[in-house]
Amino acid sequence: MTDTNAGPFAGPGPEQHFREGLEAGEYRLQFCDDCSKNIYYPRAVCNHCGSPNSSWRIASGKGTIYSTSVERTKPEAGGDKNIALIDLEEGGRLMSRVVDMEPSDVTIGMAVEAFIGEIDGTKLILFRAA
Amino acid sequence: MAHELRGSAAIVGIGLTEFGELPGKNHLEVLAEASHYALADAGLGMQDVDGLFVSSMGRVFHPLHAAEYLGIQPSHIDGTNVGGSSFVNCVQSAAMAIRTGVCNVALIAYGSTSRSNRKRKFREGNPNAGAFHASEYQPRNPIISYAFAAARHMHEYGTTRENLAQVAVSTRQWAMKNPAAEMRDPLSIEDVLGARMICDPLTLFDCCLVSDAGAAIVMVSAERAKDFPQKPAYLLGIGSATTHDQIAQMPDLTVTPAAQSGPRAFAMAGLTPADIDVAEFYDAFTINTILFLEDLGFCKKGEGGAFVGDGNIGPGGSLPVNTNGGGLSCVHPGMYGMFVTIEAVEQLRGQCGERQIEGANIALANGNGGVLSSQVTAIYGSEAAL
Repeated sequence: MTDTNAGPFAGPGPEQHFREGLEAGEYRLQFCDDCSKNIYYPRAVCNHCGSPNSSWRIASGKGTIYSTSVERTKPEAGGDKNIALIDLEEGGRLMSRVVDMEPSDVTIGMAVEAFIGEIDGTKLILFRAA
Repeated sequence: MAHELRGSAAIVGIGLTEFGELPGKNHLEVLAEASHYALADAGLGMQDVDGLFVSSMGRVFHPLHAAEYLGIQPSHIDGTNVGGSSFVNCVQSAAMAIRTGVCNVALIAYGSTSRSNRKRKFREGNPNAGAFHASEYQPRNPIISYAFAAARHMHEYGTTRENLAQVAVSTRQWAMKNPAAEMRDPLSIEDVLGARMICDPLTLFDCCLVSDAGAAIVMVSAERAKDFPQKPAYLLGIGSATTHDQIAQMPDLTVTPAAQSGPRAFAMAGLTPADIDVAEFYDAFTINTILFLEDLGFCKKGEGGAFVGDGNIGPGGSLPVNTNGGGLSCVHPGMYGMFVTIEAVEQLRGQCGERQIEGANIALANGNGGVLSSQVTAIYGSEAAL
């Protein structure tokens, strides 16, 4: 059997490292040591090649809208909200929200930049127009 | 005579993580670690896995999330939960899957952080648990995911809201021929476009119904099938595929796993799309029908909008689709997968009354799961098609 006390799986997992980054004001990205790709979202094994070996870098925060929609909601329930899929400059795609602009003005291909925001007390990555 | 499964499969790798308390880890991290060890023990890599067997106390779509997390697209996936014995049950399922050739390398895996969860905000039993679930953004799922796919298809291929609306209109025309359908009033393109916007570009009529309903089927061996009162619908081919759980992890929003499950089913059946007399798709939203027409090979990628725009899928068209009225106009009780199968069987039996496709011998049923995440394509035939 493998010795699990050392090696790539030792200690806290990648999710905790990512969330600690958000608390510290850092958007941390995990890159595979074997295939060099961005493992997004962070995982215990690379979703591209299965490798358990990875390293962390700070994200540039630059992204492009891959798809976008507006959740139509009554004003008394908070009004219309943007929700979008964003491709990161480093590779990888996430669901998030583009804020500080008209929800319907967000378009596919638009440049956006990440910032660390909060929804219901949970720190997470949000975007604004670049 | 020995049972067909006797001696037909073997376990060639095992993996264990540390036990006790694993602080700072989530359940999928633990599952992935154990999987890595088991595959290494067998001298295999993650990409060799084409059959995934998992079970969870928490999320409904755990098998999809586990496959997405491991970065694999298995041709067989099973997440049956019968309690703690699930993983023994999986061994039987895996043996059958290997014996029948639907997968070659089966990975049975489990991870839990039950002890650490007692101290945590994120719990695996909570559907909003960590493990990088996009539910943190409180999306209006599943509608939003299909809206993203529709927006992307429009952007890449010039598909229009009128094309999407035509799916709803053609499907309603079928429903009007089905006395059991919930929605039987005439519907126009203008009605669909003018309805309340839910998630751009999908209006109320681009979305399926929300119904109360039940459904069931019975299967027996082909040898016995003729001894029953009804005309048998023989399974000619079947294929399964998955590419993701969450929409942000779908490799290409305009290509669903049906592009894999369809060819698998057609290959098993020895048939092509031109052989299909009637097709039943899980049309949770109008974009589904356009995507499945393309991915299953009934038209080229990007041409689904024009295909439905020409009236091909409605009554009198070249390819009858969702002849019962679909999830859009007939019935949709949360999960619709049973109903594509039942309508296919009824068409092959010739029991569909006004909506019957004359001489239907071969029917296709395509089930959709999650947010375009899982596709399972089945092809059924009458005795004449055997």
